[in-house]
Amino acid sequence: MNKLLARYAGPRDVEVLAAIEEGLPLCERPFARVAQALGMSEDEVISRLARMKACGIMRRFGLVLQHRPLGYCANAMLVFDIPQDRVDRAARAIVAHEFVTLCYCREPHLPDWPYNLYCMIHGRDRQIVEGQIIELKERAQLLGFASKTLFSLRRFKQTGARFSSATRVAMVKP
Amino acid sequence: MKMSTGLSYRDLSQMDRSIINRLQGGLPVCDEPYEQIAASLGIGQCELIGRLSKLLEEGFLSRFGPIYNPERLGGAVTLAALEVPQERFDEVAELVNRHDEVAHNYARAHQLNMWFVIATEALAQIDEVIGKIEAQTGLKVLNFPKQKEYLIGLRFDL
Repeated sequence: MNKLLARYAGPRDVEVLAAIEEGLPLCERPFARVAQALGMSEDEVISRLARMKACGIMRRFGLVLQHRPLGYCANAMLVFDIPQDRVDRAARAIVAHEFVTLCYCREPHLPDWPYNLYCMIHGRDRQIVEGQIIELKERAQLLGFASKTLFSLRRFKQTGARFSSATRVAMVKP
Repeated sequence: MKMSTGLSYRDLSQMDRSIINRLQGGLPVCDEPYEQIAASLGIGQCELIGRLSKLLEEGFLSRFGPIYNPERLGGAVTLAALEVPQERFDEVAELVNRHDEVAHNYARAHQLNMWFVIATEALAQIDEVIGKIEAQTGLKVLNFPKQKEYLIGLRFDL
């Protein structure tokens, strides 16, 4: 991890990332404006960002949506208890469904929480999402496994991972 | 985070929806990124920039910029849950959300009724944050560290 950091995110990269954390300027040459503020050239900013994207420090450069105003109110977390040697296969079958938005394998918490495979479905209509859950369990052959569906009731916070903490990491461990 | 203005997605024009769909795939990293997107949507750059500003202002979009991979930067992310007595729910939510490291927090319909994501600068700090939350709330935090990632698409077609 630190090797990657040392190799890919030097102090100047961190400056670039910190400068755009709150959002890229909305103007014709956004990277030129960022560059000006940092005393770099536009080319340097662009090439640093392109490299960080290529090596996966940045997942993508795009939008963070607010789910609720956009009507995505039915948010279901499905969890399954799948034997370790079948997890990969089950996950592949799950992610083949377009309506699935996230899929992770996590450590269970025995004995209360045996579930290890998680996926999310975000939808506008609870009934539609419930239908999709049934379809998913059938088509991904998951009916034989213990599972739970946890719909969200209220959202308290949705900020996403900000870079400020990562910035500090890079500063501390260059 | 911007507060919602009470507008719903039904108020979005077809063009706004196309812009959101198109940009979820990412913005190109080049000298005139908005021009490239605008051209692909058949509109001018000024119109695109104007519409994006409005969508941010109206609270449909919360941020327009880089989406990081904290783990690649030495940071750690985990999912955690609490079983909160109903009468203490708001009080506990406030205690949990007060931590900057808590990125998302949702109430869910289950005995484990509060689910939140903790993102920290280093792995060891996950346990520190959990320890603080347990001390402040008097409740046991269940930690569900990620073992493998299969899909992080999180894309919405409007």
